[in-house]
Amino acid sequence: MRFLHYRTLACLCFALALVPTVLTAQGAQTRISTTEMVKALQLPKAQRPLVIQIGFRVMFQQAHIPGAEYIGPGSDASAIDQLRKRMQPLPRNTFVVLYCGCCPWDRCPNVAPAAQALAAMGFTNAKVLYIPNDFGTDWASKGYPVQKGG
Amino acid sequence: MRGLTLRSAAVIAAVAAGLACRDRAATRTPAAGDAPQAAGVADLGMIAPDFSVVDLSGHTLNLASYRGKVVLLDFWATWCVPCREEIPHFVRLQDKYRDAGLAVIGISVDDEVAPVREYYRTLRMNYPVAMGDAALAERYGGILGVPVAFMIDRQGRIRMKHAGQTDAAVFERDITELLGSR
Repeated sequence: MRFLHYRTLACLCFALALVPTVLTAQGAQTRISTTEMVKALQLPKAQRPLVIQIGFRVMFQQAHIPGAEYIGPGSDASAIDQLRKRMQPLPRNTFVVLYCGCCPWDRCPNVAPAAQALAAMGFTNAKVLYIPNDFGTDWASKGYPVQKGG
Repeated sequence: MRGLTLRSAAVIAAVAAGLACRDRAATRTPAAGDAPQAAGVADLGMIAPDFSVVDLSGHTLNLASYRGKVVLLDFWATWCVPCREEIPHFVRLQDKYRDAGLAVIGISVDDEVAPVREYYRTLRMNYPVAMGDAALAERYGGILGVPVAFMIDRQGRIRMKHAGQTDAAVFERDITELLGSR
């Protein structure tokens, strides 16, 4: 009996140890790097991703990824509703890239709710642009393409 | 074991990167009186672009009218966690250095004013806050990420820029330095 407890405990510890690895792997699968994104924007129009900015309008108006659509901060429930409405009619294998860049990646409140909403809707090819610091530092100042207005 | 070592290394690297990002773009000009630097990096050393906005209390706020004071100009948003963490420090610093000549100004880049008003009340912000727009942001070199804070000296020149969350001690050092230089 005691041996069983030990074994259960050992299994539990092993499973818990695996959790971060599995989560990291899932996160990595849904991310797209800035360099991959630049390449994706050069694809023939039909293959290019639908790009959605889930940051803030003042930033979008100053500079956004060419062709991107503005939805609103992903931390805002009304923006998530708008995202669902926008995505509802689209095929679930649509190549879509969400991005924010408001704050450093690990502090961004907007990316996770939007990515979770798309996952819950069944989108299988939804990616999140990995912006480690902010949009200015990791995209605009690197000379990657930007568009103004909107 | 090797996996553990690799994971430990990754965690250490991530923590180090996080610390490095904490004040990821602090830039400052040399002492007052030095030649203004070339425009480009948030126009450090140059006269801060003037603007006129109506704050949440309905008062018109002209930056030029703050000449003679040290201004901490903060671009922020209510949903921005690092911004929210900085604001209590700004409230404290405003209280501490108001009589010595510090004026904190908040420019919100939120889409809507309602959450800003609520936040302003909840945090008992003791300095004026106004809504910003893209035109104002561009005049300050582009606000493509928040928070961004500019330290402006008594002569109205931008002396430091802090992009990303910055320790309160750094702001206090800047404030005392600028308050001390006439």
